[in-house]
Amino acid sequence: MKRLSRVSVLALLLLAAPLGAGADEQRATGDLGLVIERATGSLLLIDRSDRAALGRIEGLGDLSHATLTYSPDERFAYVFGRDGGLTKVDILTRTIVARTIQAGNSIGGAISDDGRLIAVSNYEPGGVKVFDADTLALLADIPAAGKTIGLVDVPGRRFAWTVWDTGEVFLGDFSGAEPQITPLGNAGKNPFDAVLTDDAHTYLIGLFGEKGVTAFDLWDATPTPQKFLTDYGKDGEDMPVYKMPHLQGWAFTEGQYALPAVGRHELLWVDRDSQQTVAMTPTHGQPVFVIAQPASPYVWVNFATPLNDVVQVVDSRSHEVVATLSPGKAVLHMEFAPRGAEVWISSRDDNKVLIYDTRTREKLGEIAAESPSGIFFTARAHQTGL
Amino acid sequence: MRSLLALVLAAGPAMAELPQGRAAELEHIVIQDCGSCHGLTLKGGLGRPLTSDALAHAEPEGLAQIILDGIPGTAMPPWRPLLTEEEAMWIAEWLKTEKTP
Repeated sequence: MKRLSRVSVLALLLLAAPLGAGADEQRATGDLGLVIERATGSLLLIDRSDRAALGRIEGLGDLSHATLTYSPDERFAYVFGRDGGLTKVDILTRTIVARTIQAGNSIGGAISDDGRLIAVSNYEPGGVKVFDADTLALLADIPAAGKTIGLVDVPGRRFAWTVWDTGEVFLGDFSGAEPQITPLGNAGKNPFDAVLTDDAHTYLIGLFGEKGVTAFDLWDATPTPQKFLTDYGKDGEDMPVYKMPHLQGWAFTEGQYALPAVGRHELLWVDRDSQQTVAMTPTHGQPVFVIAQPASPYVWVNFATPLNDVVQVVDSRSHEVVATLSPGKAVLHMEFAPRGAEVWISSRDDNKVLIYDTRTREKLGEIAAESPSGIFFTARAHQTGL
Repeated sequence: MRSLLALVLAAGPAMAELPQGRAAELEHIVIQDCGSCHGLTLKGGLGRPLTSDALAHAEPEGLAQIILDGIPGTAMPPWRPLLTEEEAMWIAEWLKTEKTP
């Protein structure tokens, strides 16, 4: 520094000035999130620390049953719309940077572990399409014999998916020049959703057309289907299923899977190693989402219509309901702060997102939103399976 | 009296009679809850499309029956525990006439 002339110091200061002036306006994305506003086809940008909405991004089409995933730098969101739209959103500039209508009807998607590939699971025409994460250019088109569900990212630029109509399960490897698609076997009748455990070990597929859950061990070089929970609720009559359970966020806690019973007002607890049922918890309604509160023994559950105004908290050690909350009308989703201190809950028919402290289970605040459904914090960028 | 009867007869086939406010609730149920499987725009999802075009050849009575009793062996549940026969008929007629975007 001593050697620099006064002139060059001045020049440096002048060069630095515009950058320095912008420092206050620069924003990190680590505590941001997006809320899907399903009826208006828009996204609400939220700030978790400020418990506030920052703005709205519009023009995303039909967002019923929409989901999204984030780029590794937590700047871009990839939104999967019901109408087949795949939209890349820049959450810093709050603009749509790329959008393609890639199918007639789609259900979800995932990003590869290296952040380079976006895979979308389609109903019409059925199959999986893979896109370049930068440009959304189509890289691979894998047809299927029906509606594809339960698409998850598997480490090593791979994805797994399942076909609702046929029960077929596939593992696609996109690490080489040509995709390698391996059929893994048959999950069973009408698989409705699937999820990958957080250690990428087990691909779990929920069945609607028959009782049970099918597991594939993805650490095994040649995984085979293992069916369990095949006789739950055999002593009673099943009730109508007014909403399919969602498995993304299925709780894995205390060495157990906490699973929604299809057509029953119950939560089922299964030992991860033995796949034996260890307990059953009677619940307020038919569970939809069963999500573990991070760094705690608790799981939070919401329910299918018409019993969807209530959220219950269940202790994974005692399997007892320890709290019953009434956050608002038509609770569709819950998203935890990554370390578990808060949970954000969407109430579709109250047009609100409610924020609860997970220790006191008291409401901390609320944010207005139009028919909110899914809530997604950017920390999801670093979660396997999504 | 005769004109009232005429009104009732004229209104009968067009739309089932509902208590005030219930029609708006039913429309909300169709768009939001049926929309979970059939799409908010009713263009289909896990369930079939329910646009007026897609249902052009369906009889309202048959649709109401499906709404009330579901389709066994599929994901379509029976809504009879939650809806009356009049309400199912109203929904069937609304689906057939509603011009979805």
